[in-house]
Amino acid sequence: MFNYLEYIRESNFPHIWCAGCGDGIILKALIRAIDKLGMSRDESVMVSGIGCSSRTPGYMDINTLHTTHGRALPFATGVKLANPDLKVIVITGDGDATAIGGNHFIHAARRNIDLTVLLYNNYIYGMTGGQCSPMTPVGSKASTAQHGNLEPSFNTSGLAIAAGASFVARTDVYHVQQCEKFISKALQKKGFSLVEIMTPCPTAYGRRNKMANPVTMMEWLKDNMVPVAKYDKMTDQEREGKVSAGILCDIDKAEFTAEYDKLIKKVRTE
Amino acid sequence: MTEEQSARKEPAVITVKPEWCKGCGICVAFCPKDVLEMEGGTAKVLRPDDCIKCMLCELRCPDFAITVE
Amino acid sequence: MENDSSGQIRMMQGNQACAEGALAAGCRFFAGYPITPSSEIAEHLSVALPKLGGKFIQMEDEIAAMGAIIGASLAGMKSLTATSGPGFSLKQENIGYAGMAEVPCVVINVMRGGPSTGMPTLPAQMDVQQARWGSHGDRGVIVLVADSAQESYEQTIRAFNLAEKYMTPVILLLDEIVGHTTEKVIIPERSEYEIIDRKKPDLPPDKYLPYRETEDLIPVLATFGTGYKYNVTGLCHNETGFPTNDPAIIGAQIKRLTDKIIIHKKDIIRNRMVMLEDAEIAIFAYGSVARSARSALAKCREAGIKAGLFQPTVLWPFPEDDIREVAGRVKGFVVPEMNMGQMAREVERACRRDTPVHRLNRVDGQPITPGEIVDLIKGVV
Repeated sequence: MFNYLEYIRESNFPHIWCAGCGDGIILKALIRAIDKLGMSRDESVMVSGIGCSSRTPGYMDINTLHTTHGRALPFATGVKLANPDLKVIVITGDGDATAIGGNHFIHAARRNIDLTVLLYNNYIYGMTGGQCSPMTPVGSKASTAQHGNLEPSFNTSGLAIAAGASFVARTDVYHVQQCEKFISKALQKKGFSLVEIMTPCPTAYGRRNKMANPVTMMEWLKDNMVPVAKYDKMTDQEREGKVSAGILCDIDKAEFTAEYDKLIKKVRTE
Repeated sequence: MTEEQSARKEPAVITVKPEWCKGCGICVAFCPKDVLEMEGGTAKVLRPDDCIKCMLCELRCPDFAITVE
Repeated sequence: MENDSSGQIRMMQGNQACAEGALAAGCRFFAGYPITPSSEIAEHLSVALPKLGGKFIQMEDEIAAMGAIIGASLAGMKSLTATSGPGFSLKQENIGYAGMAEVPCVVINVMRGGPSTGMPTLPAQMDVQQARWGSHGDRGVIVLVADSAQESYEQTIRAFNLAEKYMTPVILLLDEIVGHTTEKVIIPERSEYEIIDRKKPDLPPDKYLPYRETEDLIPVLATFGTGYKYNVTGLCHNETGFPTNDPAIIGAQIKRLTDKIIIHKKDIIRNRMVMLEDAEIAIFAYGSVARSARSALAKCREAGIKAGLFQPTVLWPFPEDDIREVAGRVKGFVVPEMNMGQMAREVERACRRDTPVHRLNRVDGQPITPGEIVDLIKGVV
């Protein structure tokens, strides 16, 4: 048994997430990762935007900053740059990060600022009632795509890699041990690190896409998340409906706040 | 027998907090030993003696509602 | 650039004076996005801040810059952003967030003409109501205005002091003329001005409530990383900082956001009253227009017209009581402004229709000249 009570704000429970929503599974994986790394919660800040995922900080006993829609990364950039000794964790969703916050997402990755970003990808805007997001698969139904979504979705992890992130991994809440492992690796990485976590939304996505039962959505993750090494060898036809999981990028390079500290030293000795 | 193996032999104490459980059924569906069942909208522990302490129900419970000791 | 410049006389433009004033106030974080006519503030601080161990960052957009300064402020740094009309519009949601979450920070808006892209290089005073009402929702706001490089320096210091004291975003308005006019600035000695820092919690973390109702209605927010783990949100929240749906708590919270400015308005409002004692006609002018007004005033007095000047240095909270008091003594107000009458309406409201208010409006990007003001006064008298 893991004692989560030490890490949560118990008076705020039960949480607001629907039955079968995977967001609580991610929060637990994050708590275990933080515990095993022995991180100081006094010196850590959790920043989020708006949406179901972004309610995560309210449940965790840590410094928490629940910001405006899409803007978690700019707020987090300010926190981190003002005090680089703070560990900053950003919680965001597919709508928050890749639609309204898309510009901040690519620029935070480009800067390679030391933020650990957990992107909860549930293919939908859950909080507002199931509108399609830039991650909703083509053909899926949403309250604003009732005839089926026409728009191709982002490869969000690919986007982060192309923009300059140090660490990028994709996982899901069915493969919960892998999820914890990747979160732990991301927390330890110095630089912009992203873990894209596939998580079910039975209420807003599942209900419209023949997966209303939470178990059905977990089965979907079990059957369709494919290790990246295997995925890379698959044909386009075989990849249809599948999602690759694994560490997609792990490189060491100059981190923004460290470079800024070097700049300060340089200009002060000039 | 290693310490871990002997710990596994101890009967499991599985606790469900009904006021937090939202009855999603994930713990029941993915328990490899069918220890749990849904009853009246929440998870119930029916066969604790069969539990192998894989911990998956605790790990996958989104509601912080189930623990295995 | 370093604080050792105090006591010196220097030539600088208003934008640079804002940057220097910010450093003197203890600002160590700037996030911004390039926009005319405010970019010199960012450029100057990009050079100066790292030399003081501070941080400068050019963000990907205006919204991000506003978010970054709120984050930096919560991490303990006095933080600034600077912009102009279109950027000010973009920042509004996060300005409202800072108001709601009660995070101190300063936003400088060097006003240009609008709407839209408008007149990027020409002056206007068209954002004075946006500064008050630009973000959604109801709350009290503090908005300062500067008429010269000297006042830009001093008002930037004051903006930081008020932000830290009242735990709120403070807006400082310049217009393009003030921002870009290079003129003499006497850098005050450190002993000549006050520096206010936000209060620190005086209770241990287990007893600390960030938004506990205090007598002065101002919350005490701990700096992240100092052992006080609490929640900051833009949602309506209770004294712990957590979201609430309780109508009684929500009502009290939103009312307090207005009240905390209103009950302290005497401390916040400052006006310059010039020759108003015996005045028959009062000019209400602010920003660069106040300079033309002073010149017009001298010309009127030479011509034997008893004019006076009411120059607010704080636009919001609006100096309603002071206007009302002057209105009882004069035959009328003249309100020249580089907009369609945004503050004239406030003067009319304060006068309660007992005293006529004569407007003079220019919206063509050209300054209002002393001669135009004199002509209007002569017509009125």
